[in-house]
Amino acid sequence: MNEISQFSYGISVLEISYVIASVLFVIGLKMLSHPLSARRGNSLAAIGMGMAIIATILFHQKDGKPIGNIGFILAAIGIGTVIGWVIAKKVKMTAMPQLVSFFNGMGGAAAALISIMEFPHVRPELIAEHGMANGHVLAILIGLMIGTVSWAGSMIAFGKLDGWIGDMRIKAMKYVNLTIMAILIGFIVFIMTRQVQASAELMPYVYLMFAIAVVYGVLFVMPIGGADMPVVISLLNSFTGVAAAMGGFLYNNQAMLTGGILVGSAGTILTILMCKAMNRSLLNVIVGVFGGGGQAAGGEEGTVKEVSVTDAAVLLSYSKKVVIVPGYGLAVAQAQHLCHDLDKLLAEKGVEVKYAIHPVAGRMPGHMNVLLAEADVPYEQLVESDEINPDLPNTDVLVVIGANDVVNPAAEDDPSSPIYGMPIIMARDARNIIVMKRGMGKGYAAIENMLFFNPKTRMLFGDAKSTLQNLVNEVKSL
Amino acid sequence: MENILAFFLLHREAVFIVILSIFLGIEVISHVPAILHTPLMSGANAIHGVVIIGAIIVMGHADTTGSMILGFLAVVLGTLNVVGGFVVTDRMLEMFSRKK
Repeated sequence: MNEISQFSYGISVLEISYVIASVLFVIGLKMLSHPLSARRGNSLAAIGMGMAIIATILFHQKDGKPIGNIGFILAAIGIGTVIGWVIAKKVKMTAMPQLVSFFNGMGGAAAALISIMEFPHVRPELIAEHGMANGHVLAILIGLMIGTVSWAGSMIAFGKLDGWIGDMRIKAMKYVNLTIMAILIGFIVFIMTRQVQASAELMPYVYLMFAIAVVYGVLFVMPIGGADMPVVISLLNSFTGVAAAMGGFLYNNQAMLTGGILVGSAGTILTILMCKAMNRSLLNVIVGVFGGGGQAAGGEEGTVKEVSVTDAAVLLSYSKKVVIVPGYGLAVAQAQHLCHDLDKLLAEKGVEVKYAIHPVAGRMPGHMNVLLAEADVPYEQLVESDEINPDLPNTDVLVVIGANDVVNPAAEDDPSSPIYGMPIIMARDARNIIVMKRGMGKGYAAIENMLFFNPKTRMLFGDAKSTLQNLVNEVKSL
Repeated sequence: MENILAFFLLHREAVFIVILSIFLGIEVISHVPAILHTPLMSGANAIHGVVIIGAIIVMGHADTTGSMILGFLAVVLGTLNVVGGFVVTDRMLEMFSRKK
């Protein structure tokens, strides 16, 4: 630890900035967990971050030397800001999950780079006194391992969500992964027990460890089913938090330490909450092979009945209570605005319209809420699945738009189904069910949905956007 | 054993901060409604962008061409994490607050 030997205004300002930044991170995160204060919370955390960055550039000292290369640093920040800003503003709301994953990966990569650069510069005094088995080396190596895994894993998650990387499911994968994990830990032990004068001598091992960590990150995410990707992103998010905290440990920097650990623990809790929403354990998500099964229901398929747009429009217009269940299909078709048009038209005719939002509808918890909010659907019309379920037997028509797994009765009936036990929207309790769907393809979890064969169900095939447009026109003309 | 104790003594402040921060993180998150999971994840994602401070420190003391390049890259990536993270979160939350 480098003690602050003499009083200096710069150092004081720096440390005070870090304290304020840490407080702003905590308050920001707290405010982010309430709908009304969330946006201000985000801004507060951003202000804290800005303060910490500026104070570091102006006042940070290492062995009495101020920060150099300021021109390059400002240029790098400029480049990062422009690229980050443009990507964040331009990307469609439906692609939000991949985007979070991408930015998370960038943080992990930065943490890994810091470790690679700092490793050869571990203080010789420290090595002379404690050998390689000291806190700095440990922090560097853990930061390297976790940062790299987070980066590689996030990139794979990004690719999977974007649809250009498929799932790879091999039963033996978990043993392979456990072995690689053991090798990585072995590397840490090996490096820390070497007897050397300078840490730079061990650089080849560090590069090798980096390469193995990349492989681990890739193999860790590859076998996990696409529907579980949000959980993985959340987990990798907390990983990056821990990697950032390692930097805080290394530099004795409290802002990095609190910020990183805060995200690490909050991210872990968030991951567990997400798993709970799907009624699965974290372990099950990570090692469980999910999404390929569900053949059990495949045998006894019934017949599906179609409905014309006109009939659907009549059915909806003369109902008292309509519940819409939106899913990712709606988001992909960018049909949330049309959907809101439909519900306004129906409301004019005296129909009560509600939206039933499953916690994991879309690709991430809360994803659907964001998309509907974008289309100006009032907050009060969105009802969570637990609340709407008792109401469904009194619902005249339930309209499923581009959703599948969240209304799949297999979660209730079929113990062999991979989604068995997941809380669902009890669509089949409604008096009539209209399912808007592109075709008879399976949902994201790739399991058969018996709801479509239910005698009360009518299918309305076609792209969500054009079908909704036709439906809106029909309802208007009635 | 002696090593571990010495290690703890040397880094006791950091150990304190780590333990308290873990509890803080759990406490802050635990009553969040499902609709905010995505923005919250995204906000937390932006906060771990603090790693940029480390990148700035490394870059600020880099002296060889190799370390300059890596440091430059680290600062760019860290900034991407910070700026992208906060802007995306804000964009998500903007949609919630608009019709107030």
